[in-house]
Amino acid sequence: MSIQPRERRRILLAVLAVAVVVCSIAGLAIGAVNTTPSVVLAVMASWLGEPLPEEISPQVAAVLTIIRAPRVLLGLLIGAGLSVSGALMQGLFRNPLADPGLIGVSSGAALAAACVIVLGGSGLSPLALPLAAFCGGALVTLLVMRLARRGGRISIETMLLAGIAVNAIAGAGTGILVTLSDDAQLRSLTFWTLGSLGGATWPILIGVAPLILVPLLLSPWLAGSLNALLLGEEEAHHLGVNVERLKLGVVLMAALIVGASVAFSGVIGFVGLVVPHLIRLMAGPDHRIVLPGSALLGAALLVGADLVSRTVIAPAELPIGVVTTLLGGPFFLGLLARKRWM
Amino acid sequence: MLQAEAVTVRIGDRALLLEVDVAIRPGEVLGILGPNGAGKSTLLRCLSGARKPSSGQVTLDGVPIKKIPPRVLACRRAVLSQHVDLRFPFTAREVVELGRAPHRGRGARALAVQALKRVDALHLAEQHWPSLSGGERQRIQLARALVQIEDTGSSEPRYLLLDEPTASLDLRHQHSTLALARRLAGEGLGVGVILHDLNLAMRYTDQLLLIRQGEPIAQGATDEVLDAERIEQTFSLPVQILPHPTGGRMVAALTDPKGT
Repeated sequence: MSIQPRERRRILLAVLAVAVVVCSIAGLAIGAVNTTPSVVLAVMASWLGEPLPEEISPQVAAVLTIIRAPRVLLGLLIGAGLSVSGALMQGLFRNPLADPGLIGVSSGAALAAACVIVLGGSGLSPLALPLAAFCGGALVTLLVMRLARRGGRISIETMLLAGIAVNAIAGAGTGILVTLSDDAQLRSLTFWTLGSLGGATWPILIGVAPLILVPLLLSPWLAGSLNALLLGEEEAHHLGVNVERLKLGVVLMAALIVGASVAFSGVIGFVGLVVPHLIRLMAGPDHRIVLPGSALLGAALLVGADLVSRTVIAPAELPIGVVTTLLGGPFFLGLLARKRWM
Repeated sequence: MLQAEAVTVRIGDRALLLEVDVAIRPGEVLGILGPNGAGKSTLLRCLSGARKPSSGQVTLDGVPIKKIPPRVLACRRAVLSQHVDLRFPFTAREVVELGRAPHRGRGARALAVQALKRVDALHLAEQHWPSLSGGERQRIQLARALVQIEDTGSSEPRYLLLDEPTASLDLRHQHSTLALARRLAGEGLGVGVILHDLNLAMRYTDQLLLIRQGEPIAQGATDEVLDAERIEQTFSLPVQILPHPTGGRMVAALTDPKGT
């Protein structure tokens, strides 16, 4: 044992933080207008009030500032958010295979989005779709929680089963709307269900940031209680954890994060499932490392995946959900083939 | 004193416990004995606060346990359950350190090492949970319960509730575990322990509660309670009490080994 576990964790977090910075700079630099990291740094300095060097054209600076910066920031937020919700859900269900979608938030948001796209309403306001999706996700989550409540206690087993059934029903509803849709609607629906960060603008970013950031920053406070919960609800109670409050808090935080993410970027699969796995693989199941580690790795990965999605078949864009699933799916199967941390 | 007062637990019209009064006092080991399904674990869960009785109440130094905030309660009593279903690959040391959760991790590392030594499991410290045997897991969980009520920053009496702590243990560790429970009682802890082995109960407990079908059969000092008649009444098995070679007494079951 040459490196102490605590030092190992610090090193891991530092490496991940560097990865976030590298991916962000790459995300800003690469695209239809290619620049270098030094240009990116100069433009970033100009945001802080430094004068822009003369050799950098204002057009390049504008592309970075107006188009790429909000997209990269949204990617960081959503990547971190989805990964942390995945870690929270896996802790709550005491199952490393749990996914934020289990509580119905994604399928509810998708159903509501399909309603808006197919039955009209997306013409009303550019915010109609994300608002409906967020509300749909929240409503379905509340329904699942209501169904899982027995005598003031939330039964995790019932919540899992109710979530599966409600997800299936919402999926069927979306299926009906897909059948009713015309070609253009179908196209936007498909694109939405595969996810994209393409809609990112500064106003959207400012709207979505608190919904994701607040639960994200609160999550480390739950780490100790979630660790205790891994021993079982009764053991957690013996250890002084208010289990009912913890369950409620975890579900609400995950619903908020996933609801806000799905509302603005569609359904981005596999991030919430795979990222916490990777951190556990590298540093063990302690939530004090799994939560911050997942946030950093998820942020870096999603910005990287977005970079792939908009460059690999440029000028067209591959939906980011396709990229994350193509990377995450085989990787997950690889994890299943090994057994140690299952 | 951790006390159950007229505790009754019903599920539907079946009474799991009926009007049970029992007290665990600091400095004493209370043994809870009875056949399968007698309500021993249910009683322990009521005493720990995990289960609310249908009627009656559990008090800790006179305060109803349901009125004590979970974290405060967790600093006063620790519980070793029969089974802990942990699916994540914590190391044994990390599992023990979880016992410091009510103290926000204060002193976790040093206390965990100490506790692992006390349960003879220091050599397992860096092993992953899924690789441990049943008996090893039980000793690790005992160590976790120990660190939970050590160094609490208060001199109020503390309680340790053990649900069949010897169930998966080999003979040597059965004795060392109960000897540890005795030593802890000597340090001022109140210990409540569910046992199946009457000889272990005779050797290591001060007080006994015999229950059957949720109802107390007998209760009192171990030496006075454990006699052949009461044991037969509780377990429906004839026994004879014999002198133990090292002093004290022992129980022999009077069965026909050929099974007739």
